[in-house]
Amino acid sequence: MNRRNEIELAARVARDIPDGAYVNLGIGKPGRVAAQIPAGRDVILHSENGILALGPAPAAGQEDPELIDASKRPVTALPGASYFGQTDSFAMMRGGHIDIAVLGAFQVAENGDLANWATLDQRHPPAVGGAMDLVAGVPTILIIMDHLDRDGRPKLLRRCTYPLTGPAVVARVYTDLAVLDIAPEGFRLVELTPGNALDEVQAATGAPIHV
Amino acid sequence: MIDKTVPDPVQAVAAIPDGASVMVGGFGNAGIPFGLLNALADRGARDLTIISNNAGEAEAGIARLLMQGQVRKMVCSYPRTPGSVWLQRRYAAGEIELEVMPQGTLAERMRAAGAGLGGFFTPTGFGTMLADNKETRMIDGRGHVFETPLPADFALIRAETGDRWGNLAFHATARNFNPVMAMAARCSIAEVRHLSTTPLDPERVVTPGIFIDRLCPYEVRP
Repeated sequence: MNRRNEIELAARVARDIPDGAYVNLGIGKPGRVAAQIPAGRDVILHSENGILALGPAPAAGQEDPELIDASKRPVTALPGASYFGQTDSFAMMRGGHIDIAVLGAFQVAENGDLANWATLDQRHPPAVGGAMDLVAGVPTILIIMDHLDRDGRPKLLRRCTYPLTGPAVVARVYTDLAVLDIAPEGFRLVELTPGNALDEVQAATGAPIHV
Repeated sequence: MIDKTVPDPVQAVAAIPDGASVMVGGFGNAGIPFGLLNALADRGARDLTIISNNAGEAEAGIARLLMQGQVRKMVCSYPRTPGSVWLQRRYAAGEIELEVMPQGTLAERMRAAGAGLGGFFTPTGFGTMLADNKETRMIDGRGHVFETPLPADFALIRAETGDRWGNLAFHATARNFNPVMAMAARCSIAEVRHLSTTPLDPERVVTPGIFIDRLCPYEVRP
């Protein structure tokens, strides 16, 4: 099957982010969306550690160790930026002020349940960060993820088997194989990655895809 | 005359006893009070409860306290930063108690403690295992979880500038948890990169001095 690579996937997500949106990008793959926002769209990025109008990484030698994003990497502040503490930052998230969050996922269920913070592996300490606050308060949750896990098993399921980040919170899922909405009936096809056949993508999915 | 300044981090943390609960500001390495943490590590206070967003990296800051076996319990939201090897080692060996909660809930529980509130209902975590055994309520048709205030004996704060009244201003994303922790603890101690000999401009003050008990200069950046 044809697979969108991480940059193609990020560009596909970026197409759906409208001008003027306030957006939080999760750590990992979602962070790539920042560089793919189409020219001419003014999108303000929020980072949970306390900055609005997050800019790209600074030039080498220009890093400020106290100006970082949620991934703890050095960033810049764009014109119009502001800094704030944690209670304000999470008021923006929980209070519905951020329009869109783009997050990664271990699993998504057909009813929109999201699992992206803990596996069943007891050796590693659990780590939740801001994920539950985002899904509780941000009206539109977009997910970037691989369609299959490393062992080739579906990550889109009837029900999540990992602990939930939030129940029925996902709006749309972008995978290397397809784009799917969470609809009342379950996963609804938006588009296949060009060149893929529906029956192939269905076979890689743990729940029915509605067309 | 009010003068909350002390000469150095060693004197600033001298009163923190064994068994204390200690909030530590910072996110990643930004806003971490490394001077105060090193002084606490040198002094060797034990059985500490450390409340902070992350659990330190390599062998610095909170990770040094963990490495030296001074921490009985960690309360945080994201203890799995790359490089947080000492937390993972202590956790895997069952040598430490770990309490994890959502980051916004951590911050708001501190705010509740500092603001004199008895707790709050939040939609965060509803329907997840982090709400197990907690009181829940439907508000406007949505599930909410009751969360209690989270105070502490001490808070260790990092700020960019401070004056002798304890007024603080911050730099960029080094602000993070520092202002809310300053409110939440019974005794809040700040290290400041610049100790101003003149009063801060009141318009620039982010943490009013009423929330700060002691402060000392510490010029080193992370």
